[in-house]
Amino acid sequence: MTAPKAKDKPASFQDLILRLQAYWGGQGCAILQPYDMEVGAGTLHPATVLRALGPTEWRAAYVQPSRRPADARYGENPMRLGHYYQFQVILKPNPPDLQDLYLNSLYEIGIDPTVHDIRFVEDDWENPTVGAWGLGWEVWCDGMEVSQYTYFQQVGGLDVFPVSGELTYGLERLAMYVFGVDNVYDLPFNAPDSAVPLSYGDVFLENEKQQSAFNFEHSDVEMLLRWFSDCESQSNLLREKGQPLPAYDYALKASHTFNLIDARGAISPTERQAYIGRVRDLARGAAELWAQQEAERAA
Amino acid sequence: MADLLLELFCEEIPARMQAKAEADLKKAVLDGFKAGGLSGELKIASMSGPRRLAVAVEGLPVRSADVVEERKGPKVGAPEKAVEGFMRGAGLSDISEAEVRSDPKKGDFYVATRSIPGRDAPEIIAELVPEIVRGFHWPKSMRTGTGELRWVRPLQRILCVFDGKVVPFEIDGLASGDLTEGHRVHGRGPFKVTGLDDYVSQLGGEGHVLLTREDRRNKIEAGAKAVCETAGLELVEDKGLLEEVTGLAEWPVVILGDMDPAYLSLPPEVIQLSMRTHQKYFSVRDPKTGNLAPHFVVVANIEPADGGKAVAAGNRKVLSARLDDGVFFWENDKKTGLEAMAPKLEAIKFKDELGSIADKVERVAALARELAPKVGADRDIAERAARLCKADLVSEMVYEFPELQGVMGRYYALEAGEDTSVADAIRDHYKPQGPSDAVPNEPVAIAVALADKLDTLVGFWAIDEKPTGSKDPFALRRAALGVVRIVLENEVRLPLDQALRDPFFWMFAPRGSRLIEGFPPGPWKKQSEPAKRLFFEAVRRTTSDLLSFFADRLKQYLRDQGQRHDLIDAVFALGEDDLVLITKRVEALGVFLETEDGASLMAGYKRAANILKAEEKKDGAAFDGVVDESLLDAKAEKALFKAITTATNDAEAALKAEDFAAAMSALAGLRGPVDAFFDGPDSVMVNAEDAKVRANRLNLLNMMRRAIGTVADFSKIEG
Repeated sequence: MTAPKAKDKPASFQDLILRLQAYWGGQGCAILQPYDMEVGAGTLHPATVLRALGPTEWRAAYVQPSRRPADARYGENPMRLGHYYQFQVILKPNPPDLQDLYLNSLYEIGIDPTVHDIRFVEDDWENPTVGAWGLGWEVWCDGMEVSQYTYFQQVGGLDVFPVSGELTYGLERLAMYVFGVDNVYDLPFNAPDSAVPLSYGDVFLENEKQQSAFNFEHSDVEMLLRWFSDCESQSNLLREKGQPLPAYDYALKASHTFNLIDARGAISPTERQAYIGRVRDLARGAAELWAQQEAERAA
Repeated sequence: MADLLLELFCEEIPARMQAKAEADLKKAVLDGFKAGGLSGELKIASMSGPRRLAVAVEGLPVRSADVVEERKGPKVGAPEKAVEGFMRGAGLSDISEAEVRSDPKKGDFYVATRSIPGRDAPEIIAELVPEIVRGFHWPKSMRTGTGELRWVRPLQRILCVFDGKVVPFEIDGLASGDLTEGHRVHGRGPFKVTGLDDYVSQLGGEGHVLLTREDRRNKIEAGAKAVCETAGLELVEDKGLLEEVTGLAEWPVVILGDMDPAYLSLPPEVIQLSMRTHQKYFSVRDPKTGNLAPHFVVVANIEPADGGKAVAAGNRKVLSARLDDGVFFWENDKKTGLEAMAPKLEAIKFKDELGSIADKVERVAALARELAPKVGADRDIAERAARLCKADLVSEMVYEFPELQGVMGRYYALEAGEDTSVADAIRDHYKPQGPSDAVPNEPVAIAVALADKLDTLVGFWAIDEKPTGSKDPFALRRAALGVVRIVLENEVRLPLDQALRDPFFWMFAPRGSRLIEGFPPGPWKKQSEPAKRLFFEAVRRTTSDLLSFFADRLKQYLRDQGQRHDLIDAVFALGEDDLVLITKRVEALGVFLETEDGASLMAGYKRAANILKAEEKKDGAAFDGVVDESLLDAKAEKALFKAITTATNDAEAALKAEDFAAAMSALAGLRGPVDAFFDGPDSVMVNAEDAKVRANRLNLLNMMRRAIGTVADFSKIEG
């Protein structure tokens, strides 16, 4: 490795995203668009969780909005959001120089390693809902976690082979760091010298307020409980019909519906475990069926 | 002779795994050389860090020695089958290839010799290293890409140089070589290495890698002290953290950061825990006041081009966000107040069959009240402390930092204006948390700590969830040992039998329990007499089992203190359940047996006991009758009788006063009369012809055995 050289800072939040997309596109990743469903984490996009299964090679990168109803704060907390973005990269199999590729992506968005202290600190990722786990690190920049870096070992409770390397960038947090901003709503969404300069707050503050009110006050719990059962039945039916992709979609719908119910504190701790178990069964079931079909298609 | 250098270069190894991996690799290499016949005066060095494990061996032979292997065969002229079998086993095509040797006893027999030529060291190394790597044990390991190898994180390079040359081999598609890399930012690479000295000088120089844990640890420790001293501050030392950060940087650079002094209004434990667990910072003290200073020490892995400004600023920001959370929890918790938290414990389960934490608190409060006078505490204060002792479990701060249970409760109690002894008891009732942790020593804390532990132990015994073998998921051994230590180190006089019965009554008596067969739920007054009897029976059974569990913990404790296990058994046999008295007795007994009086009393006891045992067996009866003074005839037996009577009275008085040394020395007065009885000029023949006289003399010996038995069961003492 030669002494790395960092680029200039991006001009805006969107510029940071564009640079990451251009960079990973240059590494042969398909630049996908966000999945059109509410998910709690970028990993849950089928482009990661399902594509990590089976023998077929795959490279993709995409922005994914994450919805976490219980984390919403009416736009009053400078760092916590109920809706935020993750940038997700998956390379299957992981190339031997993935760590260098990742570090270069940080230099690409203006983080200078001769001034900033970048560290890989043990953190083994797991997501019981989809029966997935892997080994890796959280990546620190001057003590702040800027990414999660994982080598998947299991998905859907199944050993994966080949192994995928997965990177998750917390975009708002990373941008706050790069731009030296203390309040997420102050981030420049587009360049400050644009014809219509927009901050993150201009784009999302009202949304955070109204969605928070929905999450905590106005959601119809009775209806959500019905929806949950309907999603569950639909997902089970689709699995029986041999259609893991839509079955997985309905598992995601059930999962988000559960998160909404949970944000209302409408579920007792024991019931909570039972709901989580039901979502897990749906997601895992779909993942297993998909893995089986992938293996058959590759054979 | 030649030298080997092996380096396994990989992506960041978790800090906690490095030291063990280094030791394991070193051992595996040495064991492998021994098994492979590469022996000699070897000098071995090992190194480990975030990205590498390395071993260097100096003084290896370049080739293993030739070995001659012998295999003994059958006698010359043995049946053909035996000869054939021998030839097959030794790989001979004709029996003439075997040597014939003579033995004066056995005669002539065959011997097959096979000489195994030595092998070149590189050949042995090329086999050994892949075997070690493939079989290496990591606490957690993974596969990468399309590889089969399991390693802690992807293995990137294998450097293996022997005698200046690469030892060629391949592991999972990765070929060995003579290249390594330096520090990610400051080093260059990959570059070629010829041997250990070259490796150390290139990496330590331009490579910017401190190879040994010791060098990095020293650099961090000295650096941290230096930056603090320059700023007029004092480092708060933390060995565990030091070890961890030693594994997090290849080129550690210490930077002093600062934070908003307003955060110092938080309890210091909160600040330190935030710094340590989340951010791996050392905390810093003001040497004048001894309080935390608004600074922290961070160990970076670069020599920053701007002198560390950006690193300090970035870390300051992260710490501020963490401490903001801390302030948020702290203020919310204070607003709620400890008193209001306590009822929420109803929602937290202690154990299915034993109810919620709130239920437990009720019982602990009643028990603490009961125990208070025994430890010199006020009943009301002890009960108050017990009622609040678990309340902080529902605080936001403890939800975030479970390690702060008790500590936060103490702060919230002080905030609420509770008595200091109540506040301290809330913090200290969890103690001792391990063998090196101190025990509580204030009366209120002692009462609550004992009540909490006794309730837990009795509860788990009552539902039959006892530790088995190495499994003790609820740390019941630690709880019992905690009780033993609290009692002994504070000299608490607490007859255990009763102390173990009390929790039962608080647990079950007020409302019955399905856990006790025949003792249905319902208030005590409504229970039938047979149900009450079943309850008492259950209590008795469980208590006696739990008592023996305590006895084992006490034995373990006393053994660790250096007491003889047979003396412990000798005292335990008395059925005493006051731990303080048991310990005093064991100590006095140990001292006494070391004296001449002790030794000869022991001898006298043994003699009497042996005769009694033999005669009791012969007659099939015990000699436990009263000694008939009128039948005492010889001078020696009269003297012994008198001596026993006196010694018994004196010993009894001394025991009553708990003066065990005096009791034992009273019994030591028997020494002269016993010796005279058995061996004096007018010694007594125990087995007299007259049956009545014989029985009376045996009764006399039994009287003595019983007298001595009041201080300890001497039959359990060895030697």
